[in-house]
Order: sequence, then C-alpha cells, then structure tokens
Amino acid sequence: MTAHVHNTFRRITPQLIILAAVLLLNFMVFPDFFRIEFQNGRLFGNLIDVLNRGAPTALLCIGMTLVIATRGIDLSVGAVMAIAGAVAASLAVDGHGWQVALTGALAVGALCGMWNGVLVAVLRIQPIVATLVLMVAGRGIAQLVTEGTILTFLDPGLIHLGAGTILGIPTPILIWIALGLAVTAAVRKTALGMLIEAIGINESSSRLAGINSRVLIISVYLISGVCAALAGVIVAADIKGADANNAGLWLELDAILAVVIGGNSLLGGRFSIVASLLGALIIQSVNSVILLSGMPPEFNLIIKALIIIAILVIQSPTVKHALYILRASAEPQPSEPIKEAKESPQ
Amino acid sequence: MKLKAMLIAGALSFVPMTAMAADLTIGFSQIGSESGWRAAETTVTKQEAEKRGIDLKFADAQQKQENQIKAIRSFIAQGVDAILLAPVVATGWDDVLEEAKDAEIPVVLLDRTVDAPEDLYMTAVTSDLVHEGSVAGQWLVDETAGEKCDIVELQGTTGSSPAIDRKKGFEQAISGHDNLNIVRSQTGDFTRSQGKVVMESFLKAVGGDNICALYAHNDDMAVGAIQAIKEAGLKPGEDIKIVSIDSVPDIHLAMANGEANATIELTPNMAGPALDALEAYLADGTTPPKWIQTESKLYTLKDDNMAIYEMKKDLGY
Repeated sequence: MTAHVHNTFRRITPQLIILAAVLLLNFMVFPDFFRIEFQNGRLFGNLIDVLNRGAPTALLCIGMTLVIATRGIDLSVGAVMAIAGAVAASLAVDGHGWQVALTGALAVGALCGMWNGVLVAVLRIQPIVATLVLMVAGRGIAQLVTEGTILTFLDPGLIHLGAGTILGIPTPILIWIALGLAVTAAVRKTALGMLIEAIGINESSSRLAGINSRVLIISVYLISGVCAALAGVIVAADIKGADANNAGLWLELDAILAVVIGGNSLLGGRFSIVASLLGALIIQSVNSVILLSGMPPEFNLIIKALIIIAILVIQSPTVKHALYILRASAEPQPSEPIKEAKESPQ
Repeated sequence: MKLKAMLIAGALSFVPMTAMAADLTIGFSQIGSESGWRAAETTVTKQEAEKRGIDLKFADAQQKQENQIKAIRSFIAQGVDAILLAPVVATGWDDVLEEAKDAEIPVVLLDRTVDAPEDLYMTAVTSDLVHEGSVAGQWLVDETAGEKCDIVELQGTTGSSPAIDRKKGFEQAISGHDNLNIVRSQTGDFTRSQGKVVMESFLKAVGGDNICALYAHNDDMAVGAIQAIKEAGLKPGEDIKIVSIDSVPDIHLAMANGEANATIELTPNMAGPALDALEAYLADGTTPPKWIQTESKLYTLKDDNMAIYEMKKDLGY
C-alpha cells in the first residue's frame, strides 16, 4: 500500500513542481495571491478561484484521460457542455426541479457519449473524425434547444450547482474533486484501469486476450459525455443561463492540453487521472497569472503559449533523457533510473 | 417554438405571394442567427415591413456569404423593388452588387458595411461604435461630477472592431477628466461567463472597495460581472456603478432591480430608417446620404426599465 502511494506520488511529482512554479508566478505578480478570507458566507480568494474556475476543464479531463488512454480523443466535449447546459436550463424554465434538470442533462450527455462510442467502437471511425461530427453539430443542437437566445433560469437548486457553496466551499470544487476521486477509485481499485490501458497499447491483442474492447470503448466515451454534461450544467448554473454560442467553446482543447500536461501519452496506454487534474489546475493557474498581471489583453494568448511551451519542453522525452544522462553521469546509481524508465513509458 | 415559427415563416416567404399584391416587395438577406441581437434585428425588420404593408422576402444565410449571394441573385431574378443586405463579411460583394445595379434594384446595407465602390449600394444604415463608447464615457463623466472614480473595463473580443471602437470612444469621452482613471482593462470575450470570471479577478486584484465603476463593452459581460460583484458581498449599481452597451433585455431587468446603472442601445431597428429611405427614394427619387447613423440612445435608471424589459424580451434577443 505504501509502495503504491509512493509510486503515485512519483508519477505526479513533475506536475506538482510545475503547479508550484506557476502558483509562485501568480504570487510574484500579485502578492496577496495566497490570501484566503471567509467573506459573505464563502471562502474568498484567488486560490479558491483557481480551484473553482478550473472545474469545467477538470471535469472534462477526467473523461478525456480515459478516452485518450484507449488511444482515442473526444473533440465533442465542448459542444456536449453546450447541449447539456441548454437541456438543464430549458427543463428548469419549464418548471422542473433541479434534480430533473440535472438528470436530464446527464442523460443527454450520456447519449452523446454513447453516440461517439458507437461511431468509434462499432463503426470503426477514427476517433478524431467521429467526435468532430458532434463537435460541429452539437452547438447547433444546443442552439435549437435554447432557440438561439441565452436561456436564463432562476431555480435556486440548479444555480447552487454552479454558484453556490457547501460549508463555504464553492460547489463546483467539491463536484470535480468528488468525481475525480470516484473515477480514480473505480479504475484503480478494480482491473478496469488496466483493461483500458491494454486497449490503448494494443487493441487487437487485448481483444485476443479476452477483453471486451467494444463495450469498454463505448463506456469511456460515455463517461466523457457525462463529465462534459456535468461541466456544462456547472457553467450554465454559474451564470444562471445557458449560452449555447459560448458555453464550453474551445474547452475541448484545454481538456486535451490538461491531459498532456498531466504526462499522459496521446498514443494511449498508461494514464493518471490525478496528474490530468493537476494539469487542469496548472492551466487555470496560468489563466490566473494573465488576469492578475494586468497586462493588456492582446498579450493573453502569447503569455499562455509561452508558459505552456515551457511546460511541454520540460516534459519532452528528449529533455527528460538529457536530464537523466546528466544525472547518471554525475552520480552512478544504476538501479534507480531503470525502475523509473519502466514506470513512465512516455 | 419561436425559432421554429420563424423558420417556417422564413420558408413561407420564399413562396411567391403574388396574391397578396403588396405595394412593395423587398428582399432581406440576413446573416443568420449568430447572436440574440441578430435575432431581434430579424424580428424588428419583419415588424417594420409589416407596419408599412411591404412584402418582405426573408433569406437566412446561416453565416455563409455564398448563401447571401445566392439569395441576392434570386431576389434579382424575382424582380424585387429593393434589397436589404446585412453582409456577413466585408469583401467579395462587387460582382453581385453590380448585378443588382444593372437590374436597377437599390441595395441598402444594414448594420455592417462592405469594401465595395460606394456607387454599388444606395446607403448603409449602421450604428457608430465609437459614438456608443463615448456616450457611455460621457454618462460616467456626468454621473461622477468631478469625484475621483477608478474604473475597470471589460473589453470585447480582442481585435474585434466593436472592442476597439467602443474602447476608443470611451477613452475619448473621459480624457481630460483627471478624476476618472481606467485601472484595469481585460477582455471578457463578450460573454457572460468570461465577464464574471474577469470581474472576479478585478475584485481581488484591485479590491472591491477601490473600484468605483465598471464599463463593459456589452451588456452580457456586465450581467456576468454583476453576479461576481454580488458574490463578493458588494452591491452592484451602488458600490460599483455599471455602464454597458447594447441594451439587451436582461440588463434592463438588472437596472429595474437597481443592479446596473446605464446602457446604450445598439438598436435592432436598422430596417426602419432603411425602409424610410427606400420609400422616399422609390416615391420621388430622393437619394439618401451614403451613411445613415442610427441613434445610440442612453437608458438610465430614470427610464421605466421593467417596461422596456417586457417590451424587448419577446424580440428574440
């Protein structure tokens, strides 16, 4: 057990270091960054904002990690967010309670995920093409549901999911942490995670070994759809309205980036949801630096790109290898590095 | 349902309705339903045409220029009396406008202009984005009356012409008033959620008590920011004055609740002035100026915002 914890910690060390560095950058541009107050019945501070605003990307990257582990990709999550938000809002406007609205949105998300899964697993369409269909069409579907307007609602229960707090902690934070833990437990306490990795490494041989890859692939896309739906409900609840044009726009790219920053290979295989979640927090911390720095908005994307490039370069196999050589030539300790290389194939 | 009704109405208007025998037949090539404002413009255009007894042929281009060109060619083939065009992009109109000119059908541009020789269209009805920004700035100058006021600004999408021009106009209006300073300015991408997120960071970076006013390049960002201000335990409209542009229904609702202070209307009624100019031209040949500027009306808490909200909410915003 302790060895297991130790391994997990070793796996996420690079992400923790990067996160610490980006948070430090925040602290440098804004000295009050780490101050957290209890104000107006809720925790109030920049660190809370990072956790709270990172919720949509964090939720998306839970599902995205599993999809990518099977050597797939889900480009439709942003559009599914818009659909789910629209469905939840229209149910709330029709006078249904938040439970119905949430269930309806999650069901639609599951349906969208299943559609993607069937295209990929049964019809054997390449994931990037299969999910592109819904990415393009989804926003149109969402606009049909909202009739082209920002559909506002007043249901306090639904709003609570996005803008409320439990014991002073914003609800979205609790939701993504809980879901992250639940899915991690589900894939790591059972053989499920290993089976998903097997599909990503070599689907044919995993099928020959008796793994029902079809059902598993459909399932991971379904989970991704549900995660996206939850993110969509949170985003809609946050502004008390479903904005079909803008909800989740380009967020699929942030989610994929979070998975990559989390050190997961886009070629599938071994994955770590915790590392992806840290990736999502890193992205949100970068956004926070941009907002707090007070730089003109023309620089936003440049700053973001520079930080992201730095992170990816540090993680690149070539740089890692160079560091490894440097370390190995400095202190000859043969047994440790070999073990490490085995653990992180990327 | 509303949308479906609109689509059906749009489809029906393609059916030749000679039986109606309206005095004037005018074709309207609309961009599509890219935003709530656009939908409202469509609704108002139909209302204005109906009010004047004009048979309006409506074509939705779904954000594609080729669809607009097709629609204009079909209007020309049908021999309409005039064409209203809300161009999706600025370039590439020369040929089709030439065809309309050869057929002696006047074309009026709505809301946006095109990069084509001026003689190819009769007039353009648009708002003045710089003027909108300066009306907002002037309101704040009058409202603060010389008292020190630190302003935060929520910009539109970086590089878009409304963002550039609305910023420019506002800065022009407040320049020379040393009591007014823009202390933070960041893009909120014209969306509610980014408006909220960026306002949250303003409130922390500057401190809620140090912000006197918020200027948002559109109402949606202001509506998002209002929620952020409330969650920070401050009173929007009182602790932080809010002025924004567009005059969408939800900002009037916020103003009715005292949570926002002023908005400048980007009127969806571009068709009214356009049809007036067309009717005058077709009746006695009066040529309108090349640019008809729509009014940028200022709404404040003195107006009956609840009534405006009720009136506007069914326009399709």
